[in-house]
Amino acid sequence: MSLRNIGIVYRKELTEALRDRRTLLSSILLPLFLFPVLTVGIGFAAAELIGEASREPSKIMILGGADSPSIVEGLRNVKNLRIVPAAANYVDLISNKKIRAAVDIPPGFQAEVARGEHPEVKVYVFSGDMRSAFGATRIEKFFSEYRDAMVRSRLTSEKLAESLMKPFDVKQQNVVSDEKVAGESYGGLITYLVILMCMTGAMYPAMDLTAGEKERGTMETILSSPIKRTHLVFGKFLLVLTASLVTATLSVISMGTSFAVLARFAPLQGEGEGFPILTMHAKTVVAVFVMALPVAVLFSAVLITISLFAKTFKEAQSYLTPMTFVVIVPAIAAVLPGIELTPKLAVVPILNVSLLCKELVTGTYHWNYIFLIFLSTCVYAGIALYLAVKMFQRESVLFSS
Amino acid sequence: MIEVRNLSKRFRDKKRGEIRAVDNITFRCQPGQIYGLLGANGAGKTTTLRMLATILEPTDGTALVCGHDIVEEPEKVRAKVGFLSTATALYPRLTAREMVQYFGRLNGMDDSLLKKRVDAIFDRLGMNGFRDRRCDKLSTGMKQKTSIARTLVHDPPVMIFDEPTLGLDVMTARTITAFIRECRDLGKTVIFSTHIMSEVEKLCDVIGIIQDGKLLAEGTLAQLRDKYNEQDLEEIFVKVVAPHYTPAEDH
Repeated sequence: MSLRNIGIVYRKELTEALRDRRTLLSSILLPLFLFPVLTVGIGFAAAELIGEASREPSKIMILGGADSPSIVEGLRNVKNLRIVPAAANYVDLISNKKIRAAVDIPPGFQAEVARGEHPEVKVYVFSGDMRSAFGATRIEKFFSEYRDAMVRSRLTSEKLAESLMKPFDVKQQNVVSDEKVAGESYGGLITYLVILMCMTGAMYPAMDLTAGEKERGTMETILSSPIKRTHLVFGKFLLVLTASLVTATLSVISMGTSFAVLARFAPLQGEGEGFPILTMHAKTVVAVFVMALPVAVLFSAVLITISLFAKTFKEAQSYLTPMTFVVIVPAIAAVLPGIELTPKLAVVPILNVSLLCKELVTGTYHWNYIFLIFLSTCVYAGIALYLAVKMFQRESVLFSS
Repeated sequence: MIEVRNLSKRFRDKKRGEIRAVDNITFRCQPGQIYGLLGANGAGKTTTLRMLATILEPTDGTALVCGHDIVEEPEKVRAKVGFLSTATALYPRLTAREMVQYFGRLNGMDDSLLKKRVDAIFDRLGMNGFRDRRCDKLSTGMKQKTSIARTLVHDPPVMIFDEPTLGLDVMTARTITAFIRECRDLGKTVIFSTHIMSEVEKLCDVIGIIQDGKLLAEGTLAQLRDKYNEQDLEEIFVKVVAPHYTPAEDH
């Protein structure tokens, strides 16, 4: 194996790649700008929309309630509720989002409650509509406070303690660190992203260095030089791998920055408690990249092998597009809640690394799985690389044009 | 020196079955001579030359190039060969100088030797005006000169030209034919394929006529004229090829 020759090919491919606008766009600019736009842009937009909806008074309609004046009056005094006159077509109005909800107070409601009977108030909503949900919540909050006040006054009049109605409380208490909480929430997303970006970064150069070279007529030129085909394919492979890792690294940096920006400004936006902030230690970042390395090798080798069969860049694109789904499906599967590492899943390529990295991000290190997955991915990557070298020696593949 | 011994190449084609692109050919090219391989499209010229340049592997037989076997020592053969065809394009995003340097490095040249060699070639071919211009910005003539420089950078004793003037305008084609003559004058072994009779008449010391992968006739122009009792090379070619001719696609 001549490292000198591989180095010569690599340097030449790097020079060409850095001069190619399409490579720069797919490997550097896309990962740098995609995440700020996705996270900060969409995050701010979502926070803004939710904030606006939560601040906006809900237009609601009261149906009935003529004989329950204090209820109607109480609803009128609720902050952020705007009462519109009752109308028979309230269903249409809710459907058309002219009003957010309607509350149906049955006849004699106030009197029935006073007599200790059990009347029912109905709230009509548009399920799934955020603004309708805000309106309904405000109405329900009013009735629940009204009910609590009533219970309290009855207990007081009977000279009974308030704890009679609520003898004990149940409370959830988080016992894991913020790092783990954030890892559980976003860990899958991060690893999905690293894997996807390893693929995206490798895709363009893999096509350019194989099918692109055939299309431009430089394949025969390079094959007439004394370099061994194995060295040639290794030089090309290293460039594709570099692009893959650069894209993945830039994506993580860009996403980390985006999260930091979002974490700093997002709490100002809405009323909620915000979201757990993802903090990744250097050790975790290194671990994720160590696991991503054989995946990047696997992608680079597979993409080179497949696109080598194409005569033109366009043909290579049509071969590689389905590959994207092959990669995305297991990566998405790992993000789904409830899927956890098992010995069987530990040998499923891509899915295994996705699941493992999700755990690494939460700070959990299952060394037996780490070893098994790293080893199996290395084996897959080795096979893919071997295939790429073999294909590069087949005349029918190189001269398919 | 090139010594071709019973060289054959068969391809598998899904529609046409087995194709004998080159069928048991034997010939010899001497240093300081131009050997012209003359044939119609699909006759087997390109496949023969690609095998001599070790871009394709023979199915049977072999050839020795400067004493190296094309099957056993393909890398050593390529180090002795300069290969030029209309299919050998340039890397569009490299400059003319980078292109030539790349091939020099792949031929094992160190940087100081490479610099001297590149400077000398660029001076001789008058390429200094565009040495740092990217290949995709060069005119056809400039591209041809860069290709020539690329084949010459390691000073190979054997030059293989596969229809080098195909599709070129007269002026650019003349640059190439002048270069081929220069190679012969420098004592290199030159093999050259074409289907243009006038080029063969002007350039070649020995002519081999190939059809259906078989070498049907061989000799100097004078020998062929005597043997076939014709003065015009085209007539000689037709006499040789006609009994075997079936229109074929180019491989």
